[in-house]
Amino acid sequence: MAKSRFMKFDTMSLHAGQHPDSATRARATPIYQTASYVFRDVDHAASVFNIERTGHVYSRISNPTNAVFEERVSALEGAVGAIATASGQAALHLAVTTILSAGDHIVSSQSIYGGSHNLFSYTLPRFGISTTFVHPRDHDAIGNAIRPNTRLIFGEVVGNPNCEILDVEKVAQIAHDHKIPLLIDSTFTTPYLCKPIDHGADIVFHSATKFLSGHGVVIGGVLVDGGTFDWQNSGKFPTLTEPYEGFHGLIFSEEFGPAAYITRARKEGARDFGACMSPTTAFQILQGLETLPLRMERHVSNTRKLVDFLSGHSAVDWVSYPELPDHPDHKLAAQQLPKGAGAVFAFGIKGGRAAGHKLIDKLNLFSHLANVGDAKSLVIHPASTTHHRMDAAALEAAGISEGLVRLSVGLEDADDLMADLDMALKSSQRTR
Amino acid sequence: MKFTVNGHQTYTFTGSRDIDQGKPTVLFVHGASLDHTVWTLPARHFARHGWNVLAADLPGHGMSDGEPLPEISQYADWLCNLLDAVGIEQTALVGHSMGSLVTLDCAARHPDRIRALVLVGTAVPMPVTDQLLNSAFENDHDAIDMLTAWGHSPAAHFGGNETPGMWMIGGLMRLFERAKPGTLYNDLNACNNYTTGIEKAQRITCPTMFILGEHDMLTPKRSALELAKNIDNAEIVVLPKTGHTIMSERPDALLDVLVRIV
Repeated sequence: MAKSRFMKFDTMSLHAGQHPDSATRARATPIYQTASYVFRDVDHAASVFNIERTGHVYSRISNPTNAVFEERVSALEGAVGAIATASGQAALHLAVTTILSAGDHIVSSQSIYGGSHNLFSYTLPRFGISTTFVHPRDHDAIGNAIRPNTRLIFGEVVGNPNCEILDVEKVAQIAHDHKIPLLIDSTFTTPYLCKPIDHGADIVFHSATKFLSGHGVVIGGVLVDGGTFDWQNSGKFPTLTEPYEGFHGLIFSEEFGPAAYITRARKEGARDFGACMSPTTAFQILQGLETLPLRMERHVSNTRKLVDFLSGHSAVDWVSYPELPDHPDHKLAAQQLPKGAGAVFAFGIKGGRAAGHKLIDKLNLFSHLANVGDAKSLVIHPASTTHHRMDAAALEAAGISEGLVRLSVGLEDADDLMADLDMALKSSQRTR
Repeated sequence: MKFTVNGHQTYTFTGSRDIDQGKPTVLFVHGASLDHTVWTLPARHFARHGWNVLAADLPGHGMSDGEPLPEISQYADWLCNLLDAVGIEQTALVGHSMGSLVTLDCAARHPDRIRALVLVGTAVPMPVTDQLLNSAFENDHDAIDMLTAWGHSPAAHFGGNETPGMWMIGGLMRLFERAKPGTLYNDLNACNNYTTGIEKAQRITCPTMFILGEHDMLTPKRSALELAKNIDNAEIVVLPKTGHTIMSERPDALLDVLVRIV
């Protein structure tokens, strides 16, 4: 027999989850813009509802176009399954509520997206779920923050906005030592740069609005189950290991094994919370996914050129990018992100807040907006936008200074990007 | 549901229903190093439609205690021990891959206990390459990679799972990874050493069905068809463009066929 062989990443980006449409032979994934599906007969309906047969019931719970997207992301992440959601925040909400209930606790990296920070700090506490924030590099603090009621550790592969790298393998070990899973927001890196499940993470989610789609025309998210966590042995997750009366006594860990988590997320969370993705959105994200490897290569190569350029610029105080030798996570980045540390990074402009404002106003090619991962280059001033809800102490803890400028480097010609930055940086330093 | 079989706690999925001696029974047997979850969909179907369902974890597999048994015939006898523990006199047997050898052997040597036999993804003999056996012996992940890659049809390598959003390759790999070290080698070795399959097939008297994958690379269709010649009136169903992992690649087609005989 020949040596076993699986399709490679670039091939899967184009093909995973899809065969030519059985009804029409269409090569592209059709948009199944339908709310519901006709059953063959009464027993077929009962069988699909009761998870005896496969199929779709209602597009809030599953949809054929979404299923292609879900399967493709699962394949790229090395997972067992995924659920498309209305947004990245909907994916995070689904990730948490599938296994946490009132009285439970999360240990989270403090270097995370402002919206996630807000959810953990202010919104989830209203529903009885509390969070302790810790620095992603302080592994002792992560371990010490775990309480008897802790049910989840959360972090981003590359922190926002200072690019702290979470050592996924070490933090996963801490989580597993306490019989709890590690959830990773992998939005900034995508599976092209890092597959957290390969490093020990159990659950992953993306804001698919960003690099997965790459075009900035949709809002979407995806929750991915690695299928690696042993819920039964943990004994801490009754939603997966005890009979669920919402589904006639179904015990997910017993009936679905490695797919227990994602099956509960679909059968309960997608059904009851309802934050589903439109099939048109799934189609649009799939168009982006097809070129993910090519785009990420270009994102990274452009980023490296800009990092080099800014590091030598007289108007720049500092540049924080994990591939720089003076970055605290330089060595870890080389191990965990060998293809590149992403295309989102921060630098500090001389002159603080006022100079930062001037810079952004002068830039022509960079778009000033609250997003990352677009094909077009983007710029933002976090302290006044994405992180504006954080008080001064929280901002300082997250390493955000007044002069910090975050760039999301796009696919333009790097020379044009550098020229735009050079012009705006010089303008920012003029006194009038 | 847990039963005590040969002194060990044995997990058997019953469709979350109590066993009723007055109902017909179907017993599902999984393949090498896997567990009962490969049968969840058909098990739920037969449970809702009035059967006693027993989707067992073989000894040392899944949620069952004990150690894996070294010979196919021992697993076959164990099935009868399980039926005794549950209080079931006669059952339909459905086995996949290694489980198909176990059910074949059981039906041949305990004909009074078996009223119908379904062999899913089967072949006799079921030789295992040295490369695969050696990797399994070393508990090397290469063994899992080989079985996962060869276990799926070329079409399934692209996905297209009938269960929305699920990636078959990842699901099977995780299931193999859950098994205790040594389990895969034990089971593959048991398959490799099972040399009496043709003789056992000639002793089968109950209604028998073969459900085969057209593109099965682990238990090729041609081998199963040769085996079928030794069983009187065996029904043969070949699922097109399907590999060895029939339960995940073609769950609905499998169920449509199962309901005809079980």
